[in-house]
Amino acid sequence: MLGKLSWDSIPYHDPIIMVVVAAMGVIMAGIVAWITYRKSWGYLWTEWITSVDHKKLGIMYFLVALIMLIRGFADALMMRTQQAVAAGGAEGFLPPEHYDQIFTAHGVIMIFFVAMPMVIGLMNLVVPLQIGARDVAYPFLNNLSFWLFAAGVILINVSLFIGEFAKTGWLAYAPLSGIDYSPGVGVDYWIWALQISGIGTTLTGINFFVTILKMRTKGMTLFRMPIFTWTSFCANILIIASFPILTATIAMLTLDRYLGTNFFTNDLGGNQMMYVNLIWAWGHPEVYILILPAFGVFSEVIATYSRKRLFGYHTMVWATMAISFLAFIVWLHHFFTMGAGANVNAFFGIATMIIAIPTGVKIFNWLFTMYRGRVQFTSPVLWTLGFIVTFSLGGMTGVMLAVPAANFVLHNTVFVIAHFHNVIIGGVVFGMLAGLTYWFPKAFGFKLDETWGKRSFWCWLIGFFLAFTPIYVLSFHGAVRRMQSYANPEWQPFMIVSLLGALVIMLGIACTVVQFVVSYRNREQLRDVTGDPWDGRTLEWSTSSPAPFYNFAHLPEVKSIDSFWEMKQAGEFEASKPPYQDIHMPKNTAAGPIISLFATILGFALVWHIWWLAIVGALGVFVSFLARIFNDDVDYYVPASEVELIEREHHKRLSEVVDSDNRGTAQVGNMGVQS
Amino acid sequence: MATDTLGNRIVEVSEHGHDHDHHDAAGMKVFGFWVYLMSDLIIFGTLFATYAVLVGGTADGPTPGEIFDLPLILAGTFFLLFSSFTYGMAVLAMNDNKLGQLKAWLWVTFVLGAGFIGLELYEFQHLIHEGYGPDRSAFLSAFFTLVGTHGLHVFFGMIWMLVMLVQLQTKGLNDITRPRIMCLSLFWHFLDIVWICVFTFVYLMGAM
Repeated sequence: MLGKLSWDSIPYHDPIIMVVVAAMGVIMAGIVAWITYRKSWGYLWTEWITSVDHKKLGIMYFLVALIMLIRGFADALMMRTQQAVAAGGAEGFLPPEHYDQIFTAHGVIMIFFVAMPMVIGLMNLVVPLQIGARDVAYPFLNNLSFWLFAAGVILINVSLFIGEFAKTGWLAYAPLSGIDYSPGVGVDYWIWALQISGIGTTLTGINFFVTILKMRTKGMTLFRMPIFTWTSFCANILIIASFPILTATIAMLTLDRYLGTNFFTNDLGGNQMMYVNLIWAWGHPEVYILILPAFGVFSEVIATYSRKRLFGYHTMVWATMAISFLAFIVWLHHFFTMGAGANVNAFFGIATMIIAIPTGVKIFNWLFTMYRGRVQFTSPVLWTLGFIVTFSLGGMTGVMLAVPAANFVLHNTVFVIAHFHNVIIGGVVFGMLAGLTYWFPKAFGFKLDETWGKRSFWCWLIGFFLAFTPIYVLSFHGAVRRMQSYANPEWQPFMIVSLLGALVIMLGIACTVVQFVVSYRNREQLRDVTGDPWDGRTLEWSTSSPAPFYNFAHLPEVKSIDSFWEMKQAGEFEASKPPYQDIHMPKNTAAGPIISLFATILGFALVWHIWWLAIVGALGVFVSFLARIFNDDVDYYVPASEVELIEREHHKRLSEVVDSDNRGTAQVGNMGVQS
Repeated sequence: MATDTLGNRIVEVSEHGHDHDHHDAAGMKVFGFWVYLMSDLIIFGTLFATYAVLVGGTADGPTPGEIFDLPLILAGTFFLLFSSFTYGMAVLAMNDNKLGQLKAWLWVTFVLGAGFIGLELYEFQHLIHEGYGPDRSAFLSAFFTLVGTHGLHVFFGMIWMLVMLVQLQTKGLNDITRPRIMCLSLFWHFLDIVWICVFTFVYLMGAM
């Protein structure tokens, strides 16, 4: 009846897990009680859960990502603490089977459920605004993508207290992840959490690819698109081309585990290296899916706060495309030790090193943008500067790893750990936090507190180097990845410094939380009345903050790169004027959350081999999808009068500011810039 | 005004006096479906690559040449190829606004698809009965998965066809059903192309 599920599946005996579960339970109950007390369920349902508004979906992606960041970071702290104490024969506080789950969960959560939703969330919030569109190409699919992603989040969190998570490392290499060596449900949780959310990601890729190609406003040719849109575009191409490989690979692993096939098994002709090749054929493009949009953020930030046009726009675009292409021909550098032979390794090593060239081009573009600019040292700029230094170092250690001969020595040591944290924290995390600060007013209508933002930056920067410099050092002494304990007591001081670094990063995360609270409390002083708080260059700043649900009363027209900036300079920009027209908009829909609810049930049932429930889940997905298909009432027109009402409200606030500034013109440029 | 992707029908975008932000919704749907098909093609590409790597992994079990029954496969292939032709006729009927003909051709396509699936199921059942199931060797795992994934796609295409027949019955031909017929058309022809690759690389090259 319940498959493999029984009361024994709940880890009562493990106090750490039970305390975490209790804490999560209390927090969840508190939130539910609060929502009920405020009678906000209806509001949540109509305004958020069923919303097809790309801006709200972007906010929800980011919110989930920040929550999961806390969980993934708790895993990191536990690992650092374990390694700081488990030296010279000591066992520490985490037994191997628990430690193995933690490093797996940390990697999976940080990549799939923190970095990805941050990147996709930012794309959702910004791309349609930057291209002057009112929504994405397929708004319902966009909502469905989010909820499929949420289904993955739910499954991975359920694994914490019902059953176990994979002990295989974040990519679940076969044959360790096969049924012979991982008979528990951990790998199955991994499989279904990634498979369901991965489908959502593929749909997002298609959605934004079509959105950017088909929904750009008048005059916005491809080579007038803002760089963030360009990098998102390339990232979405990578999603479309690489996520199907992940889907197929996980499906084959699933067949090995559920139906006894022999793709990646030890015997009957299976080939484990096929798994490793396939997973990295997806995995390497994946890291560029994460980093390219971060590059886009830095490009927007540095141009805006240097008050200069981005240096080398075209080279930036071509560098992005070059990186996207090269992303597909370097996967083998993750396992030079496979034994493919000198020529194959040389090819992949050289291809990897070549990536440093377009990346270097970008670094120089950012530096030259600042050169002779009037750089304002706001927190997004600090993140960018921190990124340039940190990421350059990480890139260099990457080139070191690209040398096959060196790689044979460094393979599976903590050098690899230090390298990819160097580029992912210094690149993706810094980029996303810069983007969060930069576009926050566009989402919420007020700016984030600068003081706490800068504190967060310094904590992250110092914490990062404190945590990972010792790791680099240890790698030269032969420390390998994923050690639950180690014999050499001389390593312990380095491990302790590394733990201190992690604690400093924790302060950085705390600063971000405080920043939200302080900013919310001071939201009146931080209010972005004009919609253009940074004197921005691109179209998202031409509409009010927060942007109205239809984004633009009149679709803007673009004549150049940074068209909005040039219009402001020429004094040509003015706020929207009547007459307004009816606006065609998509209706909210419950289909996305309902389909995903059944997908979650399906995933859970498959993990535990509860076949009847799996059939219920699958039928639920199918029937709710059919219901959506047969519903033709999916769009409506916002009457011109309503548009006029909303726009007039914005004009009123605008004129109050203009009057108080005593300027007497409706030109919004240059107002509200923070020093 | 826009031309849709396969038919040469001109899509009229009516002027409501609304802001013209429709962006040719039907054309965009078909375009997005193309992109989806390309991503699906990568799934098949992955499975083909896996088959190519594992085809030698027979583990003392049967080799491709020993188990393929080419006349049967050829029959299935003709069912599928012919069904692509009949779907083409269905689209022509749609472009002429002949609803009855459209539905009739969809039914013919459905029956041919069912014939293909029937033969495939027979082949699978026969192999498993002989002891050559997907768990016998890596070669057979890859074979069943590649061919079976294609078969599953055909099966979903047939369900889609039934859904479209119901929608044509209830909604008729309109701006919502037309692009769906076009997308299904793309899907169906796409599966044909994939099958030609399966037939060539798996069956013909395996039997030779």
